[in-house]
Amino acid sequence: MADSDARVGVASRPISASALASAVGARTDGAIVTFEGRVRARNQDLSVLRLHYESYDAMADEVLRQIAAEARDRFGVGEVAVLHRAGSLEVGEVSVAIAACAPHRAAAFDAVRYVIEQIKTRLPIWKREEYEDGTSRWLDGAVPPVTPDSGADPGTGAGT
Amino acid sequence: MTLAVVPVRVLLFGWYRELAGTGEIQLDLPAGSRVEDLIAEIRADPAFADISSSPAVAVNRRYSPGSRVLFPDDEVALIPPMSGG
Repeated sequence: MADSDARVGVASRPISASALASAVGARTDGAIVTFEGRVRARNQDLSVLRLHYESYDAMADEVLRQIAAEARDRFGVGEVAVLHRAGSLEVGEVSVAIAACAPHRAAAFDAVRYVIEQIKTRLPIWKREEYEDGTSRWLDGAVPPVTPDSGADPGTGAGT
Repeated sequence: MTLAVVPVRVLLFGWYRELAGTGEIQLDLPAGSRVEDLIAEIRADPAFADISSSPAVAVNRRYSPGSRVLFPDDEVALIPPMSGG
């Protein structure tokens, strides 16, 4: 799990995009774009009480670092910061926070959009919603695309 | 050195974990076993029959295909559909 002052990783304590923005902002950059995902009060006509995020911490930290590095390479932005919460969150709490700085706005917007979309498809984190009627359920979600030539681990032997 | 069995650590998350009643199981597989053989072995237990026949799998924290051969002490995670964000 990420350290409390880390800029990329899974976090067990409250997070905010404004904290990340002040961490990534380079004085010479013209744009900082931030995004916060929050726990919404209603989902498919059900009243949500709270969420519980279960995380494969070791892998999720690695995947977030990979996604941030890809965003920097693809869009030529400066630093990209992204934190995702694990554990129980109340309605309105921030579940994911992203910040990217760049000389110009377009690259910063593109980088942040890329990070959140990749999180949706690749980050090994699972969400269970608890409802006001006392029920709860694991949400259906995304399955990562895996083919032998997609950069997946080919299995090179023990100790790798 | 060739081992007759390959010990692997299997991590379970989300509703797979709830189904199993545990987040981690240890299995010994025949040498040369692949990810798909591991899945078949797990699903042979009636308690795990509801797990997808080809679930997403990560080996040593990387998404891996069913054809991936397993080696001693590999960390295999069964990944139910993800819902981050």
